[in-house]
Amino acid sequence: MSAFRYIGTKRRTKEDPRFVSGQGRYVADVALPGMKHVALVASPHASARIVSIDTKAALAAPGVLYVLAGDEFCAGTDSLVTGVDAPKLTRFALAKDVVRYAGEWVAAVVADSRALAEDAAELVEVEYEPLPHVIDPEKAMEPGAPLVHPAHGSNVILHKRFVWGPVEEAFANAEHKLAFRATWGRSATVPIETFGVAAQWNPGTEILDVWASIQMPKYPDQVAKALRLPGNGVRVHYDVDVGGSYGVKRGLKHTVLVGYLAKRLGHPVRFIEDRLENMRGGDMQGPDRFFDMQVAFDSDGTIRAWKIRAVDDVGAYAGRAPFQLGKPITAICGPYQIPAVEYDATSVLTNKTPQEAVRGFGQSPTNFAMERCVDRVAGFLKMDRIELRRKNLIRKDQFPYTIPSGSSYDSGDYHAVLDKALAAVDYPALVRARDEARKAGRLAGIGISTCLEPSGGNSAFEVLLNPKNETTTWMDSCLVRVDLAGSVTGVMNTSSAGQGHESLVSTVIGEILERDPAGVRVVRADSLTALPSNSPVGSRMAIMLGGAAAGAAKKIKETLVAIAAHNFECSPEDLEYRDGNVSLKGAPEKRLTWDQLVEIAHRKFHRMPPGMEPGLQAKFVWEVPTGGGLPTPDGRIQMYPCYSFEAHVVYVEIDPDTGKPRLSKYVCGHDCGVMINPDIVHGMTYGGIAHGIGATLYEKFSYTEDGQLAAGTFMDYLLPSAMEVPPLAIVDHCTPSPLTTFGQKGSGEAGYLGAPAAIAGAVNDALSPLSAAIEALPMSHLAIWNAIQPKRAA
Amino acid sequence: MSETLHKVGVEVNGKPREGHVPARLSLVDWLRDELRLTGTHVGCEHGVCGACSVMLDGEPVRSCLMYTVQANGHRITTVEGLAQPDGSMSALQDAFCETHGLQCGYCTPGMLIAAQGLLDSNPDPTEEQIRDAIGGNLCRCTGYQQIVEAVRLAAERMKK
Repeated sequence: MSAFRYIGTKRRTKEDPRFVSGQGRYVADVALPGMKHVALVASPHASARIVSIDTKAALAAPGVLYVLAGDEFCAGTDSLVTGVDAPKLTRFALAKDVVRYAGEWVAAVVADSRALAEDAAELVEVEYEPLPHVIDPEKAMEPGAPLVHPAHGSNVILHKRFVWGPVEEAFANAEHKLAFRATWGRSATVPIETFGVAAQWNPGTEILDVWASIQMPKYPDQVAKALRLPGNGVRVHYDVDVGGSYGVKRGLKHTVLVGYLAKRLGHPVRFIEDRLENMRGGDMQGPDRFFDMQVAFDSDGTIRAWKIRAVDDVGAYAGRAPFQLGKPITAICGPYQIPAVEYDATSVLTNKTPQEAVRGFGQSPTNFAMERCVDRVAGFLKMDRIELRRKNLIRKDQFPYTIPSGSSYDSGDYHAVLDKALAAVDYPALVRARDEARKAGRLAGIGISTCLEPSGGNSAFEVLLNPKNETTTWMDSCLVRVDLAGSVTGVMNTSSAGQGHESLVSTVIGEILERDPAGVRVVRADSLTALPSNSPVGSRMAIMLGGAAAGAAKKIKETLVAIAAHNFECSPEDLEYRDGNVSLKGAPEKRLTWDQLVEIAHRKFHRMPPGMEPGLQAKFVWEVPTGGGLPTPDGRIQMYPCYSFEAHVVYVEIDPDTGKPRLSKYVCGHDCGVMINPDIVHGMTYGGIAHGIGATLYEKFSYTEDGQLAAGTFMDYLLPSAMEVPPLAIVDHCTPSPLTTFGQKGSGEAGYLGAPAAIAGAVNDALSPLSAAIEALPMSHLAIWNAIQPKRAA
Repeated sequence: MSETLHKVGVEVNGKPREGHVPARLSLVDWLRDELRLTGTHVGCEHGVCGACSVMLDGEPVRSCLMYTVQANGHRITTVEGLAQPDGSMSALQDAFCETHGLQCGYCTPGMLIAAQGLLDSNPDPTEEQIRDAIGGNLCRCTGYQQIVEAVRLAAERMKK
C-alpha cells in the first residue's frame, strides 16, 4: 500500500535501548578529572543596587577555589545578544551594580564539590539597597514606571503594529463585533532534567570544550563571542543526551559563566542547576501574555476580520524571547479564511525572571486566544461551535492558501481531520453524556479546538521584527558515510532532547539507499566538525534534518550508480538500483553488488569515473523550503513552509465544591503529512497535550507583589501526573506537504498547540449554564471555584 | 575542617558495596558520584518528580530524600540492575522500547523502578492501578500514554 519501505512503519527507535538500560549520557554524567563545581549566590530583591560583596568568609571555607562576582565577570566577557533592536540592553550571567529580578545571579562559588560550593555560597555577604520595581506589564508601560534598564529609556523593547488587508472596512461593515481579553499565564515546559553545562579549557590547543544540555541555535558562536574567543575556540559536544527541553534549554549565560571559570581557573568546571536555580534564575519561563481581541463577523457566522493586541511580559532581560510575538504571524488567522487582520505586538520588560523560548514559540498562546474568540463568536450567535468552525475553515480545494500576513499554507484537509476526531469521540454520544450530567446537576463541558502547527522553522520573524537583522537562512544538514565494510553512518550536527533524531536519520537514509535502517548508525559531530545547522527548534527536524539526510543519501546512491555506469560503459539511465545493488535494466545478471561498489569507491580508483572523489561520503546542506525572502514594506513575509493541523475534542466535569476539573474523553485528530516514525509522532503529540493540560489548569510561575517567585518548587508549580492526564487518543490523517522530501511536516509541538484552547473551551462550556466564564490561564481549581461560587450563591 | 565519615555497607544490584560517607550525603549522590551508577537521575531533589527512584529491599523509594547512611545494611536496585542475569533487557524494559514509552529518557529509570515495583506485587494491574503506581513519577515528554501501554504490555507478556 505505502509508497515507502521503512517510512511510516512501526519501528523501534534507535535511542530507547540505551535509555531503558540507564546508559544515556546526560551532562550530569560528564565527569572530568579534577572537575570543580559551582553554586550561585542569587539576589533576594526584585530590584536593588549592589552596595558591596564580601567574599572573604566564603573563600576561607573548606574546598573553595574561587568566588567570582559581576565586576570581574562583566569586565572579562561581552554581553549576550538581545534579539530585538535594543542596543542599550546588556545581559551578563552575573549582575554588576544592580540586580533586576529576584533570583538573578550575583556571585558564583567554585569548590571541590557541589555541597562545599553551596556551603560557601551561604557565606557570601551581599549588601543591597532596594530600588523601586515593577511586576505588572501594564504598569511597566505607564509613564513614570521604574525602568528595568534605564539606559534603554523605556520598558517597551518591541512594539510593532501590522495591518494586513481591509481591517477597518471589515469592522465598519460587519453585522457584529465582539471584544474581550484572553490571558496566558507564565508557565513553561519545565523539563525533569534541569540545565547543566561542563567546560574544560586546554591552554595548549586554546580550545574550550563544552558539554551541555542544550537546544539553542547559534549556541557555539554566541558562547565564543561572549567569551571573546574565535569561533573555532569553542567546541560543543553534541553527543550529550538532553533530558527534555521543548524549547527552554537555552543556557547561554550558564555556559559563558562556566566557560569563563574553566579558562580563568585552569580546571574543568561543571554547573548543574538545582531545581530552585532552574525555576528562578534559569531563564526558562515562557510567554506571559494578554491578548485584547476584537472580532468582526456576520450573523451567518462569517468571520470578516480580527484585531489582536498582544502584550508580553518578557521579564528583566531579553534574548530571543520577544521573537515569540513574531512566529504567530505565520498563522495569524489560524486555520480560518479571515481576509483581514490587525496585529499589535508589544514586548515589555518587568522585574521578573527573563523569558525564554517555549514549545511553539508563542503559537500556543495565540492559538488559545484565537480559539477563545471563535468560541465567543459562536456563543454570541448561539451557533454550534463546530458549525462555525466548518464555515470558516480553509477548504481542502483552496491550498496553497496565502494568508493576509504573507505566508502560504502548503496543504491540508481541515474538515476531514475535524470530522475524524468527532467520529472517533462519538460526538453525539458525548453531547448526550454532557447534557445528562447537567440534568443531574453536575458541571460538564465539551471543548473543541482547531489549530495549526507551523513547521520547518526558518526564523523569518527575525527580519520582520528587527530591521537590522538580515537572517534569511536557517539551514540544516547531514553527512552520510559508507565505510569500507559497507556500513552506513549518518552524522548529524546538533544534540537532541528526546525527539528521536537518530531514528529519523537512519530511517530516511535506509529509505533512500534501500538498506535496513537498523544497520545505519547515527552519530553527532561536535561544533568544530559539524556542518551548518540550527538546532531542533520550530518543529523543523523531520523536514530539515530528514530532508538533509535524504539529500545526502541520494548523492551516495547517484555515486554508486555512476560507478556502475562507468564499469558497464553505459549511461546511468540504463541502470537499476535495488537494495544497494546496481544492475543493467533487462539484464539483471550484469550487476555490481553493494559490497563491490563500495570497494571500488574506497580502493579501486582505476575503476572509478574520471573526476570522482574517492571514498564514499556525501553532505547535504538544505535551506528551508520557501525560505530566503525579506518582508515587503507592509510587513508581509513567507515564514514557516509547512502547516500541520490538529482538531481536539475533550470532555470535562468540574466538582463545584472544590473547582477541581476532571478530564475524561480526549481525542486529537492530527495531520502532519507523512509520518516518518508514527510512534515518535504520537508520543510527542501525547506529551504536547499533557503540556497543554498543565498550562491550562495547573502551571504558573506566580510572583508576589514584592517580585518574589512564589512557585519555585514542584510543590507550588504543579506538573500534571498520570492521574491528571487522562487516556489520550490520536486519530491520524495524512495530507502530504508538496514542499518536502517525503511529504512530511513538523510535529514537535503537536498537541500543545491545540490542547489549551480545547480545555479552556471545555471549562467554559461547563461553566456556561452558570453564566460564568474564565479567560485567563491557568484555570486553577481556585480560579474555577472563584468563578463558580458567586453564581451558585446567586 | 573536614566532615566526619561514616562506614556503610550496601548491597547494590546484587553486589556488596562499601563506602565512607558524610552523614549528609544523599543516597542518589552516592550512587551517581561514588559508584558511578549514573542511570539514576536527579530531577527535583525534593521528592516530587520521582526521577531518582530506586528499590530499597524491593520497594521503590526516592533516593534524593534518603541519606546514604540510612541505606546501610539494605539492598538497593537501580535501573542498571533491572536487566536479566544474561544482560538482556527485562520484559518491562523491552516493553518500554516496544511502545516507545519514553522520549528523552530522563524520567525513564524512575518510571521503570516504579512500574517494576508494581508488577512485582501485582502482575496483572488495571490501567487505573498502573496510573496510580506511576502517579508519583513525573514525565514531561510522553503524557504517560505510551508508558501505561508499556506496563500493560509487559504484564501481558509476563503472563505467558
